[in-house]
Amino acid sequence: MEPVLKVNHLKKSFGGVLAVYDVSFELKRGEFLGIIGPNGSGKTTLVNLITGFVKPDSGEILFRGRNITGKMPYTIAGLGISRTFQMVRLFYNLPAYKNLIIPLCSSRFKKMRGGRYGERDDVAIDLLDDMGFERDSQVPYKVAGSLPHGYLKRLDLSRALALRPEVLILDELFSGMSMSEVASTLPLIEKFNEEGLTIIMIEHRLKELFRVVDRVMVLNFGTTIASGSPEEVMESEEVKKAYLGIRIDLD
Amino acid sequence: MTERKIQYRKKRLDRGVKARSDTLFLIASKKDMVYLLMPRALPVLALLVLPFFLEGYWGKVLIYACMYGLLALSWDLMASCGLFSLGQALFFGIGAYIAGILNHYFHVPPVITVPAATVGGGIICAALLAPVVRLRGVYFAMITLMLPLLLIKVIDATGVFGGTHGLPSLSPFSSDLLAAYLSVGGFLGCLFIFRRVINSDYGLVLRAIRDDDRAVMSGAINIYWRKIQAIFIAACVGAFAGALMTHHYQFLGMSAFALDYSILPVAAVAFGGPGTFAGAALGSIVLVPLSEALRALGGLRIAIYCGILIVSIIGLPEGIFHYLARKYHQFERLVEVK
Repeated sequence: MEPVLKVNHLKKSFGGVLAVYDVSFELKRGEFLGIIGPNGSGKTTLVNLITGFVKPDSGEILFRGRNITGKMPYTIAGLGISRTFQMVRLFYNLPAYKNLIIPLCSSRFKKMRGGRYGERDDVAIDLLDDMGFERDSQVPYKVAGSLPHGYLKRLDLSRALALRPEVLILDELFSGMSMSEVASTLPLIEKFNEEGLTIIMIEHRLKELFRVVDRVMVLNFGTTIASGSPEEVMESEEVKKAYLGIRIDLD
Repeated sequence: MTERKIQYRKKRLDRGVKARSDTLFLIASKKDMVYLLMPRALPVLALLVLPFFLEGYWGKVLIYACMYGLLALSWDLMASCGLFSLGQALFFGIGAYIAGILNHYFHVPPVITVPAATVGGGIICAALLAPVVRLRGVYFAMITLMLPLLLIKVIDATGVFGGTHGLPSLSPFSSDLLAAYLSVGGFLGCLFIFRRVINSDYGLVLRAIRDDDRAVMSGAINIYWRKIQAIFIAACVGAFAGALMTHHYQFLGMSAFALDYSILPVAAVAFGGPGTFAGAALGSIVLVPLSEALRALGGLRIAIYCGILIVSIIGLPEGIFHYLARKYHQFERLVEVK
C-alpha cells in the first residue's frame, strides 16, 4: 500500500544550528506514529517543515505521492494535513465555537459539503459537542480566553479536526493538561485513529504516548536515532543515552 | 487612632438593555427600542437632512467630510485584517484619474465614469498592492506611502493626463444636491455594509488574520488572497470618493494623490477609534468641519488642529467613539472605598 506521507532526507538549519538533519520516514494510512526526543531535538521544526510553516533547505515531502515541499501552509492544510500548535494559537476574544468558523470558511470544507458552506455555527457546535464541549452547557459559547487550559488544547484539536484531515499532527497536545484531561482526551484521539485518521503525535508524556501509538521515532540533534515499536525503542542504547545523558556501560 | 482618609472609586453600572448573546436579542419595551435605535438613527437622519440646509461653502465641507469619511472607512477595513496603510491617496487618486480620463478624453458621462472608476480603481489598486501583500506592518505602510508619491512624480515628469496642469472643465453632476446625496449616501451605505461584513463569518476571518495569521493559515485559508480581497473592497470605496470629487470640482490634477488624503483618514480613525467603522466615520465627520472652522485663525490653523489631535490621542487613546459608547451604556458614580 502506498504511504500516505513520505519524508525524504529532510534538512533544515537556522544559521549555524542544524535543526533537522537528514530525516526520512514513511507513514501508512491509518498509522499512529509517535515522535519523541529531548528538548531542542527538532521535533517541532519537523512539524513546521511538513506543514509548510518552514521551508526545508533540502529533501522532499510527498503527500499521497504528490510533492508538497515548499508549498504554502494553507495549501498543505487544504490538501488534508492538519496540525495543532504546541502553544495553542486561538482567538481568545471570540466565543469558543467561533474559533472553528475559520477552518469552516476554507474551500476544503466547502468542497466536502458539495460546494456550499451551510450553517457554519451549527457545524461548529456539532463538532465541539463530539469533543466534549456539551452543547447544552455554556462552555462552547464562552469567550475562549475564559476557558481553562485543558479546554483550550481540546479546542485547538477541534480546530484542526474541523478540516476533516487525512493526516493529523499533534504537537505536544498534552503539555500542561491535567491527568484527568489527558485521560478524557486520549480515547477521542484513539477513536479517530480507529476510524482511519493517520496521526503523528509529538509528546513528552511517554506513558500515555506508548499506550496508543503503533510506532515511535526518536529524534536527537535533528536526526533519527531510533525507530520501531515502543518496546524496541526503549531498549535502544542511543535513546537511553539521549534521554539520560550518560553512557551506560554494560560491562 | 489614625484618621483614615475617605477614598472614592468609580463604580460602573450597565444601563438599559444589553444584548446578552451574539444572536439573541430581547427587546422589552418602546423605551428599549429608542435606547437601541437612537444613537444609530439620529446621526443617519441628520446626515440625510443636512444637504438641504447646507449650501455653498458648508455644503462643500459636508461633501468633503464624507469623502474623508469614505477614505477613513476604507483605512479601517484594511486595518481590521492587519494591513496598515499610509496611502489611501493611492485609491483616491486612481479613482479620480480613471473618472477624469474617461470624461475628458472619451466624453463619458458621470453616470458611467463613477461606477467604472469605482470598480476599475479597485482592480488596479488591488493589482498594484498584490505583490507586496506579504509584507507586514511598517514595511507595507511604507510601500503604500510611496506609491502615490511615485505616481505624482511620474505624472509630473512625463506630462501624461494633463501633467502638472491637470484636466480642466470636466462634466459636473446635474446639481449640487445630487453630489451631496451621492457622497452622503455612499458614506452611509459603506458604513452600513462594512459594519455588517465585519461581523459576518467573512469579517471574522479578516479579523483573525490580523490577530494571528499562522493560525488562520493552518485552517487552510489563503490569507494573501483574503488580504487582496480586502484591499479590493477598500480601494473601491476610496476610488468612488476620488471619482465623486473629480466630477464635483470639475477638475482633475496631481493633487488627487496628495498626502492629505493619506494622513487625514488615519488621523480621523485615531481620533474616532479604530475597529468599529463608526469611530472612523465619527472621526472624519468631526475633524473635517473642525479643520475648516479653524480656517478663520489663519496661519495657526494647522498648529491648533495638530494640538487638538495630539491631546485627544493621548487623553483618549481608545478614540472618542468608544468613550461615548461606554458613557452611553453605563452609569458611573462614585462610591466610598471601605
